[in-house]
Amino acid sequence: MLELQILLVFMIIGALIAVKTKDLLSSVIALGTVGLALSLAFLVLKSPDLAIAQLVVEILCVIILIRATIRKDLPFSTSGRWFVNTLIVLVFIGVFLTFGYFCMKDLPRFGEPEMRIAQTFLSMGLKETGATNLVTSVVLDYRAYDTLGEATILFTAVIAVLAVMRRVGRKK
Amino acid sequence: MSVYFLCLVLFCIGLYCILRKRNLIKIIIGIAIVEYAVNLFFILVGYRMNGRVPIYSPDQTIRDMVDPLPQALVLTSIVIGLAVTALIAAIAMRVYEKYGTFDITKIKKLKG
Repeated sequence: MLELQILLVFMIIGALIAVKTKDLLSSVIALGTVGLALSLAFLVLKSPDLAIAQLVVEILCVIILIRATIRKDLPFSTSGRWFVNTLIVLVFIGVFLTFGYFCMKDLPRFGEPEMRIAQTFLSMGLKETGATNLVTSVVLDYRAYDTLGEATILFTAVIAVLAVMRRVGRKK
Repeated sequence: MSVYFLCLVLFCIGLYCILRKRNLIKIIIGIAIVEYAVNLFFILVGYRMNGRVPIYSPDQTIRDMVDPLPQALVLTSIVIGLAVTALIAAIAMRVYEKYGTFDITKIKKLKG
């Protein structure tokens, strides 16, 4: 899986640039490259539905963030206990990374999933739901209530964004 | 194993951004990076080596498909991530209009 590792290293470099750049607009665009590389990685990992969804969502996300940051570039303040804060955060992340590395030994090895539940979907999916795309049969049949909850969250978030951004009712 | 570790490194970069940066937009970017890393991790766990896309076609066997369950869950998660990002960005824009800054150490006029 050399191409997957190349994509992951590209994503890590893009994420570092997004974190470290002082200019907010450049940072948002670096985030966009990370998301597009993630879309390619989904395509490499044999999940085209996710690649399409990630592409669309990434473009919308970048548009929203550019709208939020445009003409609002601000200088960064590095006053305060800069060294102590950075040291604490780095120590915490180091401990987290160490424990994560040891926990990864308990995972199934890469490329050999267990698939206890999914074996049923794979063998019975076409017969029970009539969908040739198994991801669709899981989303819209076996876990349809999940999808209903997702739609509820999406529309609730849209209502909340409209409530936060509206202009009327602000003047007394 | 190394692919999992690279994914974990990506997660930690996002975590550093959330914990250390003071700019609200940088924090939103950190949340987005963490979300990407978690989505990618689910798909990596469900990947089968030399597998194929979980779509039936008449001329191939079922045996070597990748796991469709994490893909369905991550499909839900991606859309919810967009909704969350939009909501945080809207609140950040309102905060900017009220305080004139994205710096979270300067936003302290909240009385409560």
